[in-house]
Amino acid sequence: MLFRIYRYDPDKDAKPYTKEYEIELRSTDRMLLDALTRIKEMDDSLSLRRSCREGVCGSDAMNINGKNGLACITPLAGLKSPVDLRPLPGLPVIRDLIVDMSQFFKQYHSVKPYLVNEEPAPDTERLQSPKDRDQLDGLYECILCACCSTSCPSFWWNPDKFVGPAGLLQAYRFLADSRDQSTSQRLDNLEDPYRLFRCHSIMNCVDVCPKGLNPTKAIGKIKDMLVKRMV
Amino acid sequence: MSYPIRKFDAVIVGAGGAGLRAALQLSEAGCKVAVLSKVFPTRSHTVAAQGGVGAALANMGEDSWHWHMYDTVKGSDWLGDQDAIEFMCREAPKSVIELEHFGMPFDRNDNGSVYQRPFGGHMQNFGAGPPSQRSCCAADRTGHAMLHTLYQRNVRSNTHFFVEWMALDLIRDESGQAIGVTAMEMETGEVVIFHSKAVLFATGGAGRVYASSTNAFINTGDGLGIVSRAGIPLEDMEFWQFHPTGVSGAGVLITEGVRGEGGYLLNKDGERFMERYAPNAKDLASRDVVARAMATEIKDGRGCGDESDHVLLKLDHLGEDLIESKLPGIREIAKKFANVDPVKDPIPVVPTCHYMMGGIPTNYRGEVVAPNGDDKEAIVPGLFAAGECACASVHGANRLGTNSLTDLLVFGKSSGNSTVEFLKQNVTHKDLPRDAGELTRERLERLNNQTNGESVAEVGAALRQTMQKNCGVFRFPDLLVNGVAEIQEVEQRVMRTEIGDKSKVFNTARIEALELDNLIEVAMASLVSAEARKESRGAHDRADYAERDDQNWLKHSLWFKEENRLDYKPVHMDPLTAETIEPKVRTY
Ligand SMILES: Cc1cc2nc3c(=O)[nH]c(=O)nc-3n(C[C@H](O)[C@H](O)[C@H](O)COP(=O)(O)OP(=O)(O)OC[C@H]3O[C@@H](n4cnc5c(N)ncnc54)[C@H](O)[C@@H]3O)c2cc1C
Ligand code: SF4
Ligand code: SF4
Ligand code: FES
Repeated sequence: MLFRIYRYDPDKDAKPYTKEYEIELRSTDRMLLDALTRIKEMDDSLSLRRSCREGVCGSDAMNINGKNGLACITPLAGLKSPVDLRPLPGLPVIRDLIVDMSQFFKQYHSVKPYLVNEEPAPDTERLQSPKDRDQLDGLYECILCACCSTSCPSFWWNPDKFVGPAGLLQAYRFLADSRDQSTSQRLDNLEDPYRLFRCHSIMNCVDVCPKGLNPTKAIGKIKDMLVKRMV
Repeated sequence: MSYPIRKFDAVIVGAGGAGLRAALQLSEAGCKVAVLSKVFPTRSHTVAAQGGVGAALANMGEDSWHWHMYDTVKGSDWLGDQDAIEFMCREAPKSVIELEHFGMPFDRNDNGSVYQRPFGGHMQNFGAGPPSQRSCCAADRTGHAMLHTLYQRNVRSNTHFFVEWMALDLIRDESGQAIGVTAMEMETGEVVIFHSKAVLFATGGAGRVYASSTNAFINTGDGLGIVSRAGIPLEDMEFWQFHPTGVSGAGVLITEGVRGEGGYLLNKDGERFMERYAPNAKDLASRDVVARAMATEIKDGRGCGDESDHVLLKLDHLGEDLIESKLPGIREIAKKFANVDPVKDPIPVVPTCHYMMGGIPTNYRGEVVAPNGDDKEAIVPGLFAAGECACASVHGANRLGTNSLTDLLVFGKSSGNSTVEFLKQNVTHKDLPRDAGELTRERLERLNNQTNGESVAEVGAALRQTMQKNCGVFRFPDLLVNGVAEIQEVEQRVMRTEIGDKSKVFNTARIEALELDNLIEVAMASLVSAEARKESRGAHDRADYAERDDQNWLKHSLWFKEENRLDYKPVHMDPLTAETIEPKVRTY
């Protein structure tokens, strides 16, 4: 199988280039990450992040044949050869397939992603009905891989001002938590022409999320909450 | 030229569950702490934990920490220290409640309390049964939910993280006190000395010493390599847990929670064989027991598939609704890595290396202890450890499922508290020794200048094969002897690895080479300790010594890198307040 991989090492390359690698697939090479690991055995200078190899840590997001995804859970069998691999779009490249995620995490941190409840903690758990707990499904599972935000045109143009789908999904995860008491501050924090309202429901984010989450829907719910608050 | 220096009160190496829980104690006490991690904190391998965190909350029926303690001691095959085990089981409910208050999205019961599922080896009534529902969970993504919650809480506490910084070596002063580490910023290749008053290791497991493992690529035992190079021994390294249900061929884990919810194992004749090996607990016996039963079935020709090399995990009878609500991640994994939808078909599974019971020796306060003169457990000043890299020892010869996440919460916190206490009594920085950083410099220069060496991939593969072949579920005297000889050859090759990539920027080839320096210490310690232990206990099962031998071997192994030698220390049989649980024959 033929791979065309974006390469750039600022330590030695004047500019990025594409390098081709051809490997004979073995029966044990199931996922794209298996192939990349084999390529790295041939050329140890190829740089990428990876850790869990099962789609739960969010390390190995990259642009695969034009679409963002996780290498470790992208089956080789489903890929068109040659396979074009590029770093996630819209973020500064550090080296090869490794991008600088600072802006992405900054936006995540900006939504105050932690439970706020200033009441004195009881001796037992804070009770939550199964129905209220269900509200967190489809939200808490986010692995912060950035596939969504880096496929979102609004995030490309305003990465410093628009929170982006991943950050907004987490904003809603806390808005939706029956134990959280910071609803109005959270909404204040988002009521802004850029932070929330740059989302034009283009749905790229939903299309690429490797965990099957739906940021657009969460964003819609935040918008609803803002509308309800006004009346 | 020496490396630049940055000063902190304390350095925590590792931002998984244990490191993050410890960091909270330090941040909230107002200490100036640096938390180093090879990966962004939520990418640590705690994220992969599925089944749950054990605590006797008694939300689902009667339970008590005494029962949890009994199960843990029995699970450990009596090698666990009973003071540490009591401490963990007693603190567990508080720790889990605290995590809930931090925002952990636990599953719920109708009355709003935290949902708990049954898990292997957890029973009511001091082992008599029936199974206890003790595992608090968030579907089958408990580790993910826990790691994110702990990270979020640290964001709230403004913890200072150094993300994608790899610690390389420990710095101790003449008195032996730990006063810092060297670390490399991966993005720039720059090496810095973190000069501190205390150092806490929470670097997680080292499952990557085996060819087939449920562990992430980054689980390379760095903390163990680092301390062993600095003269600290490693404890009980012969005890490796093989999880019964890794996906055949892929290694990816299928949680024991599947069996907790009612799934069971079948051999090629469609027989539920665990009924023969563990008539009471059946598929929910301890992991070492189930893994051995599976390996026996496969060895005796009752394995499934063309190669008869696996058994089947059946769960379709649980129904799609339950699978979707309680085990959605498992369904995802089975579809992706085994090509089966467990709603219809069973999952092919094999015992797979999963967890390291041994590690850096500590007491239940998370203080690192090592022999000094007559004292087998002298405190190493300024040095702390928690989580999978530490050996407290609560898991002894075999860990019960859900007890690692409990360990992270309880000992993460207690080691953090001990560090805060230490800082109160040690307010000034000790001077760095003149040669601080020298060991790191030698290692990096050796690697940069190596010619005619072998690739890291090749030597790494040899190391993993050596462990896989000689130190598996069943252990044979000739293989163990052979393994020790082989790993010594591999060690020579590790000292001559060569990398093609010499770039300063995010050089993952260099990182993998440095990780291999740690893996070799872990592998050496494991094989040498295993070869020497002439009995069968928990996960260490020897063909030539089939029985547990409390007379001679009710003791912890200590392996020292220097001279590749072993020492031993007694097991703590006295709990803190409870009665000693006397050793007896272990049946399920
Ligand atoms: C698939 C799977 C499922 C599991 N399920 C369960 C379960 O249901 N219940 C249970 O109790 N246990 C479970 N376990 C076990 C449990 O998850 C682990 O033992 C535990 O999460 C380890 O946590 P830790 O904090 O010690 O280490 P980790 O979470 O592995 O974190 C280690 C940290 O150290 C950092 N680090 C390592 N080396 C360096 C270095 N040189 N420099 C800087 N940083 C470094 C890493 O970046 C990381 O942040 C499971 C394990 C696996 C593999
Ligand atoms: S729906 Fe909104 S957030 Fe998602 S890609 Fe489109 S603009 Fe971006
Ligand atoms: S929402 Fe999905 S795509 Fe976006 S960061 Fe989370 S897991 Fe990744
Ligand atoms: S390696 Fe963890 S998500 Fe792919």
